[in-house]
Parts: sequence; structure tokens; C-alpha cells
Amino acid sequence: MSFDLLKIWRNEKSREIIVQIIVLIIFGWFISWLAGNVSGNFEKLGKDLSFEFLFIPAGYDINQYLISYNNRDSHLRAAVVGLLNTGLVAFFGIIIATIFGLFLGVLRLSKNWLANKIAYWYVEFTRNVPILLHILLWHGIIINTLPHPKQAIDILDVSYLTNRGFYIPKPIAEAGIELFYLFTIIAIIFAILFNKFSKKRQENTGKQLPVFWINLIVIILLPCIALILNNFPISFSIPELKGFNFRGGLHLSPELIALTFALAIYTAAFIAEIVRAGILAIHKGQREAAESIGLKPDKVMNLVILPQARRVIIPPLTSQYLNLTKNSSLAIAIGYMDLVATLGGISLNQTGREMETMVLVLLIYLCISLSISSLMNWYNYRVKLVDR
Amino acid sequence: MKIKAILAASVAGVMFAGSVLAGTLDDVRARGKLNCIINTGLAGFAAPDDKGNWQGFDVDFCKAVAAAVLGDANKVSYTTATGKTRFTKLAAGEGEILSRNTTWTFSRDVDLAQTFIGVNYYDGQGFMVPKKLGVKSAKELDGASVCIQTGTTTELNLAEFFAGNKMKYNPVPIETNAEAQELYKAGRCDVYTTDASGLYATKMSFDNPDAHMVLPEIVSKEPLGPVVRHGDDQWADIVSWVLRAMMSAEEKGITSKNVKKLAAQDNKDKEINRLLGKDPLQGLSKLGLSADWAVNVISQVGNYAESFERNLYPLTIVRGMNALYRDGGLHYIPPIK
Repeated sequence: MSFDLLKIWRNEKSREIIVQIIVLIIFGWFISWLAGNVSGNFEKLGKDLSFEFLFIPAGYDINQYLISYNNRDSHLRAAVVGLLNTGLVAFFGIIIATIFGLFLGVLRLSKNWLANKIAYWYVEFTRNVPILLHILLWHGIIINTLPHPKQAIDILDVSYLTNRGFYIPKPIAEAGIELFYLFTIIAIIFAILFNKFSKKRQENTGKQLPVFWINLIVIILLPCIALILNNFPISFSIPELKGFNFRGGLHLSPELIALTFALAIYTAAFIAEIVRAGILAIHKGQREAAESIGLKPDKVMNLVILPQARRVIIPPLTSQYLNLTKNSSLAIAIGYMDLVATLGGISLNQTGREMETMVLVLLIYLCISLSISSLMNWYNYRVKLVDR
Repeated sequence: MKIKAILAASVAGVMFAGSVLAGTLDDVRARGKLNCIINTGLAGFAAPDDKGNWQGFDVDFCKAVAAAVLGDANKVSYTTATGKTRFTKLAAGEGEILSRNTTWTFSRDVDLAQTFIGVNYYDGQGFMVPKKLGVKSAKELDGASVCIQTGTTTELNLAEFFAGNKMKYNPVPIETNAEAQELYKAGRCDVYTTDASGLYATKMSFDNPDAHMVLPEIVSKEPLGPVVRHGDDQWADIVSWVLRAMMSAEEKGITSKNVKKLAAQDNKDKEINRLLGKDPLQGLSKLGLSADWAVNVISQVGNYAESFERNLYPLTIVRGMNALYRDGGLHYIPPIK
């Protein structure tokens, strides 16, 4: 018997399985020990695990909400408001960071000495200063250098810059706007189809169409026609100084601006380096070959270098997107009401449910990160090298 | 980073909670120091002096308990907490007392499994504005930006006050008093709201306190008091009777100056004798305190009035509701019998 056991152990395959089972058992035991400890100690403290608090009125106000919210709404709704605020910052942060990072990355490779050095110093300075300081710096700049609403910087009498944030006109849809939406959708569908069509045409005949310009004109023109047909069913709410603050219009708070801007600028430095690494990873023979068949520099970049560099760029870029999203939780330092400040902040404090709120916040961040990650993986799969 | 601290604290709290529940007094004696959780910095209540020693009304109470339990008011080590982290820190056993301008409410008492041992300061939420704003009443604040310190009862009071008066406002939530002050000074907000005591303290720390005013409206009841964990009645009794001893001392005219003399002689008022250990106080041994506990408290820290005058008079805070009942205030102390 003992001989058999020894034999099993000596067999590489069965040994692997045994080791894995043992590790799994230890891990499972550790998890159950943690869970047991938590529930046991909760019992001793006279606390219970309950998520009922999510459905009682939150009682506090939030200064920025993308869905309607007032203080009689539930903690759950407050959490969703916070989640959307997190999403807003992450969404615009990612877009700005990507554009800016791509631009910087290309600049970093420029043969122009000045452009190259500016990009170099920008990257070195930005990524070596902690993100929290970036956020505090931008917030400090806005609230300390811009004027009080009563002396607001006036832009064409419709927009105002103040230390309480930026106030810009807000478009308001009126009756008849549906046609505008419809025409916009049609224009986008047309653009996609036209793109496909011209690609096929080029493959068959070798002739190119000015796809970009035609699509641009259609996307701008069609919705405009809809507006004219229905006699401009859009009005604008213009901010006006009333009492202490501006009312009406769209209010971008200093916290929102500082946070989005700081996150974008900080992450852009990392993205620039990733883009640079991606481009440098392409063997110079590729560029030389492309140039030797007579492609112009922008075609070399767009048709030969970038499609290959993309494969190198996307996996680390995904990490940067995830970082940006998670870093947005530093919002709490300047009082931006994101998920951590609502559910993990005021709701936690008002209800005293640390464990429940923290577990929820954790799970929600996990979900956001996993969705970004899977989206990027899907894109990565699409652009990867196809084995023939 | 705060979230990490909270998470760590709650995990730690969950893991070690069992060991901190019973025998708080024994733990403190064995350690030789009292751990006290205080404000991160609020002039008059808990703020470091120019030598770096914590001073203030809330700090005095920590010292008083240390004097009663350990015989030495200086045997305290302080932990600071924001409005948000304080209950977690107390639950996690980072301190035996939470002495940090904490409002006594039903859900904090019952749902958070804590024991409020009494009220040492009757407060209420107020509003501070720059005088140049030209506002004379909180009812004129429609549309204002309001800086709030989060993690307090303040958010709820504010929401109720503005909704009740059909006014709109733009809340700017801030984590600590220091950050909130900066935003208020930079003009990010028109109004700063917190407990009136905190407003006076904040105002006095400004370069030009006269340029700001506290509006007359008090929009909430904020009975502030020290807090201990549920589950150790002996410890809760000790802490609550230290507070009452300080107030009784004021009532009976015992001060840090005359306490030694009064303790040595036989007084006509037998309550003084019982408090100062001249006559036996039945049950004192059950609390595990020595006969000179109150003498230590009063001689080393002073009575309630002394602590109040030393810390809060410089902020131009008056006794008001915090006077003894016989002077028209709310402090009515159970007899020491």
C-alpha cells in the first residue's frame, strides 16, 4: 500500500494533481476561517450582516446627480448616483487621457528636439508625482485663482468661469426633437455602411473614396436638416447670477473638473510611454519596407506601424484604464461625490454598516474593472495577429 | 487611503473584537496608559499646543479618566480620528474612550453597539458666513454653497433645514475641519456649517475672526459626549461617574486649588466627603477605583467649570446651556450617594 502511495507521488502527473488539491483545500479552509471569524465576531459585537439599510431614505444631499435624486431617496439610489459620478469621471478621463497620451507618445518619438524634450519632461514630471497631489493641485488652482461668482470671468455673456466651477449653456430638448435623434442615428448607420462599401470597392477596383470627408458632411448635415425642418426644437438654459451663485445652465463643479483633468493628465503620461514602447517595438525594417514602396509618412504610420503596435499597446493600456477608474476613488480628498464618498462614505457613516458598504463598494469596483478589462480583451482579440 | 484605514480597522475590529470587550479597566491598568480617541484638530476641544501636547476640553476628559483610573492625568496616549473613522476605531479597540465631539443619537447608541455615558457639552448646528456677504439669518441662504464636514449628523440636519424652509443649496462635502476651513476661506463656499462650538473654534483660528459671523439660527440638537463600547458596564460606569464627579465638584465648589484641603477635613456637606473619599462611598470598590479617585481628577484636571473656562472661554464661547441647572443651564447631576 505504502509502495503504491509512493508510486503515485513519484508520478509527475498525479503529483501535480495532489499538490493542487492540497492547495485548494488550504485556500478553502482559510476562506471559511475568515468568514467564520467575521460572523462569529459580528455576533459577539451584537451586529448582524444586513443590507436593509439600502432601502431606507439616505437623508443627505448630493451636489451632482445624473439621475434625479433628493434626500428622501434611498441609500441605494444615492449609491447609484455616486456610481454614475464615478463613471462620468472615468469615461471622460479615459477619453482625454487616450487622446493626449497618444499625441504625447508620438511627440516623444519626434525628431524635432524641442517637441521631443517637452514630451520627455512632461512624462517624467507627471508620472513621478503622486496622483493625489495632482488632484489637490488642480483643485487648489481652480478655487484659489479663479474669481468669486460675483466677479466671474465672463465668456460672451453665456459662459462663466468662477471658483465655484464653470457654468455653460445647457441645451434643452423641446417638442419635435425626435426627428433630430432619428436623423443622427441614420447618419451614423450610413457612415458605417459607407465605410464598409468603400473598403470593398477599394479591394475590388483599387480606387479610393474620400470616406472621411463624406461621412463627416453627412453626420453634420443630416441632423442639421432635421433641426431646420422642425424649426430648431432646442433651447438653451443660460446661466445667470442670482443671489449667491449662478443658476440655470450646466454646472461643472471644480471637483469634477479637477478630478477629471488630474486623472487624465496623470494617466496620459503612462499612456505616452506605452504608445512609444509599442511603436518602437515594431522592427525598423517594417518602416523601411513601407517607405520603399512609396507610402507617405502618415500612411506608413496608419497602415503599417500602428496596426502592429496596437497589439503591443492594448494589454498595458487596459491596465492604465483600470488604474484611472480606480484612482477616481481619490475623489474623496476634494469632496467629489463618487461611489466611495456616497456609499462608502456618508451612507457608511449614517448607517454604521462598515462591512456591508465596503463589501458592496469592493464588488462594484470589481465589476467595473472586469467589464473594462473584458471589453479591452475583446478588442485585443479583434486586432491580434491572425495566424494563417 | 482613508478607505484602506477604515477597511483595515474594520477587519482588525472584527478579528480582535473578542479580546477587547471585557475587562477594559484591567487592560488599561496592565498597559499603564489610557488610549483615548480625539479630534484631528479643533481649537478648544482637541488641538496640540506649541509644545506639541494635546490640549482642550475633550482632551481634559481623557486626562480626567486617566487620573481616576491610573492616578496620573498624563498617562494617556491619543489617537486622532475623523468624523468618519471614529466609531470604527472605537469598535476596533484603538481606544477605550471616544472623546471627540460626538453627538448622541438613537442609531449610534443602539445600532452601532456603543454606550454614550452622558453629555459633557450641549451643542447645536449653526452657520458661519463672511460678514461681507450681508446675510443676517440662515433663512436667507437660498442657493448658497455650503461646506459640510462629512461623517457627522450635520448632513442630515442641513438637508432637513433647507428642505423645511423650501430653500436650495449646493453641498460641498469635506473630510476634515482643516480642509473645510481652507475651502471656506478660498471662497469655494458661502457658508460653513458644523456644530456651533466648532464654528467658534474655527473662527478664532482665522487671521481676521471679526470678518466672519455665526448666524443666530441653531438648526439641531447636538448633545455631545464621550462614548465607550457596549458590553463592559463597569468601564461605562467609571467613565460616566468621572464626568459626574467633575460636574459635582463645580456644584459643590470644589476646585483644583482647594480640593486637597477639602479632602483632608471633615466637611459639613457630606456629599463632598463622599466624593473626596473622606466618607465611604458604597460600591466604589465594585468600580475598581481607589478612594482618592475624584481627588486625583479634580486636583490634576480641575472641575467642569475650570476645564470649560480654560479651553472654551478663549473661543468666546459662553456657558449658556452648559451651565449647571441652578445657573439656568442643562447640567443636572445625579447625587453622589
